[in-house]
Amino acid sequence: MSRLAARFEALAKAGRKALIPFVTAGDPRPDFTVPLMHEMVKAGVDVIELGVPFSDPMADGPVIQRASERALAHKMSLRRTLETAIEFRKTDQDTPIVLMGYLNPIEAMGYEDFANAAQRADIDGVLTVDLPPEEGLECSALLKARGIDPIFLLAPNSTDERVKRMDAAGSGYIYYVSLKGVTGAGHLNTADVEHKLQQIRANTNLPIAIGFGVKDALTAKTIANIGDGVVIGSALINKIEDNLDDLDLAKQEIITLLASIRQALDS
Amino acid sequence: MTEKYNMPDERGHFGPYGGIFVAETLMPPIQELNEAYQRYLADPVFIAELDADLKYYVGRPSPLYHAERWSRELGGAQIYLKREDLNHTGSHKINNTVGQALLAKRMGKTRIIAETGAGQHGVATATIAARLGLECVVYMGAVDVARQSLNVYRMKLLGATVVAVESGSKTLKDALNEALRDWVTNVDNTFYIIGTVAGPHPYPAMVRDFQSIIGREAKEQCLEATGRLPDALVACVGGGSNAIGLFYPFIEDKSVKMYGVEAAGDGVATGRHSAPLCAGRPGVLHGNRTYLMCDDDGEIIETHSISAGLDYPGVGPEHAWLKDTGRANYVNITDTEALEGFYALTRMEGIIPALESSHAMAYTMKLAPTMSKDETIIINLSGRGDKDMQTMAKREGIEL
Repeated sequence: MSRLAARFEALAKAGRKALIPFVTAGDPRPDFTVPLMHEMVKAGVDVIELGVPFSDPMADGPVIQRASERALAHKMSLRRTLETAIEFRKTDQDTPIVLMGYLNPIEAMGYEDFANAAQRADIDGVLTVDLPPEEGLECSALLKARGIDPIFLLAPNSTDERVKRMDAAGSGYIYYVSLKGVTGAGHLNTADVEHKLQQIRANTNLPIAIGFGVKDALTAKTIANIGDGVVIGSALINKIEDNLDDLDLAKQEIITLLASIRQALDS
Repeated sequence: MTEKYNMPDERGHFGPYGGIFVAETLMPPIQELNEAYQRYLADPVFIAELDADLKYYVGRPSPLYHAERWSRELGGAQIYLKREDLNHTGSHKINNTVGQALLAKRMGKTRIIAETGAGQHGVATATIAARLGLECVVYMGAVDVARQSLNVYRMKLLGATVVAVESGSKTLKDALNEALRDWVTNVDNTFYIIGTVAGPHPYPAMVRDFQSIIGREAKEQCLEATGRLPDALVACVGGGSNAIGLFYPFIEDKSVKMYGVEAAGDGVATGRHSAPLCAGRPGVLHGNRTYLMCDDDGEIIETHSISAGLDYPGVGPEHAWLKDTGRANYVNITDTEALEGFYALTRMEGIIPALESSHAMAYTMKLAPTMSKDETIIINLSGRGDKDMQTMAKREGIEL
C-alpha cells in the first residue's frame, strides 16, 4: 500500500481528517523550505503538497504566482524541488509528499527521467495541474509502476463521467477544486461543495481532499468534514509574503495557523 | 501529386503536438465549445451568416495586389500582397473574431474575453463585441499597453474593459495566463476568443479554419491573375494565425513552398528573440504541446521582438507539425531587418505595413532575388502599420 493510501486509511480509522498544507519549494529562499516542512509536521499536518515553481502558473492566483516568482529568482527548479524532498526525507520517512505543479518542467526533464528521479526522492504522489487523464496516461503509468500515486483534479463542473475517469486514472486521493476559479479566490461556498461531494462519492471510493479558497480554521473544518481532508495554500503563503523581512516570524505564523486548523479539525 | 492532409485528429493532435492540456475546470467548457464548433461548422445557416459578415462587415474578399514596382526593384519573383491590412480594423484578426463571436452568440454566452499582444486581436474582439452587444474584457501585458497605446484607446472607445497585466514578463503570454484565469472563474457565461492558433483543442483548428479564408481567396485570385499556383508563400509567425490562414489551403499543393517568418529580435544567437520554431524545443504551455522558448528546467524564457504581436514564447502546434514534417520552412528576421522591410514597402508601394508583417516583407527581400521573374510569391500583409506610428516615430526621435 502506498504511503498516501496508508495515511488516509489510518486517518479514516481514527475518524480524523487530513490536513494538507501547500507550500512552493524555495519560497522565498531555497533554505526556508525543509525546516518549514519539519515544523509543519510537528504542527500536525498529514500530507505535504510541495509546489514546483513554474514561470506561468495559469491555474493559480496572484499569491501562489508570486511564490513561484520568488523561488525562481533563486533558480529553484523541478530538479531542486526533488533535492528538497530528498533533504526532508533524511529525517522524516513517514510524511507523504505530493509534488504539485505544471507539466512543462516534467516535459523538459522527460517523463521517464522524471519518474525515476521522483522515485529516488521517495515522492508519494504527483499532481500536474495541466495534465488531464486524456493526455496523462503515459506519465501516470510510469509513476504507478514506481509506486507513485498520480493525483487528479475534479472541479465543480465535472460530470459523473469525468469523476469515473479520475477514479480509474488516479490513486492516492482526488483533489477537489472547491470553486470555479484560481487558487486563493474569495468565493468559496460550502453548501455547493457539500452538494457536489455527494455526486463525487457516488462514483469513486478514493479519498477526497478539498482545496482552493480555504483561508481559516472554521472554513477548513467545515470543508474537511465534507471530504476526507483539506488543502490550504495561499493562506500560508500570505504569511511568507507579509513577513519577507522576518522569515522566522513568517514560519511562526504559518505554524500557528496550521496548529489552529489542526485543533479545529480534531475538536 | 497531392497527399491528403487531415490534421488534427479528433483529440486535437498534430502528430505529437496540440492536444488539451488544461486544468480540470476548463475541460467541460472546452468540450462544450468543441461540440458547438463541430455542429455549426456543418450548419449552412451559420456558414451563410459568417459569409455575409465577412463580406459586408469585414470587407472581404481582400485584394491580391501585384507589387510590380517592388518586384522590379528586387529583380526576382513577382510579389503579390494579400491585403489583410484592408480589412475592417486593419488586420487579419477580424476574420477569426467574427467567427468566434457568432459561435459565442449561438452558445448563449453574454461575456467575451480575449488576450492581445499588439492590440490588433483586442481591437477586433472589442469591435465585434460592440456590434453584437456583448460585454468585453481584454487582457494585455502592461509592457504592450505602453507600446500600443493607440490600440488601447480604440478598445476602450469600443466599450471594452482593458486590463493591464502586471505579472511575469507583462507581455502576450502573461495576458494569455490572465485570460485563462478569468475564463476558469467565469466559465458559465464567458466565451474566450483566443486570437491565434494556440491554446487547447479545438482552438488551433478552429482559428485556422476561420483564418483559412485568406488562403482560399489567395489561391483563387492567384490562379486568376497568373493562371497558376504561386511558387512560394511568406507570412510572419508569432502564434501563427495569419500564416496558417494563408498556408492551410495550399498544404496539399506540394509545389508551393511555404515560409513562416519568426521574430529574431536582436538575433537568434543573442537569446533575445521570439523564434521558438527556429531556436526552441517542444514543451507544453497554454493548453497545447508545441515548440517553446524554455530553459533546461522547463521554465518559459522571456521573449523579445520589436513587434508586440510576435512577442510570444510559443507557436501554434500545427506549425510545429509542419516544421517537423518539412512541409513548411521556418526562418527568422531580426528587428533591424524588419525595419528595412517596413521602409521598403512603405516607400516602394505606398503601403505602410504593421511591424509584424514587416518581418514577412524583410524575408521576401532575401527570397525574391533568388527566384526567377516568372515565379510568384504571395506575402500575407497581415496588418497595417497605423498602430506602430508612435513606435516608429520614437525610433526616429520624432515626437508626435
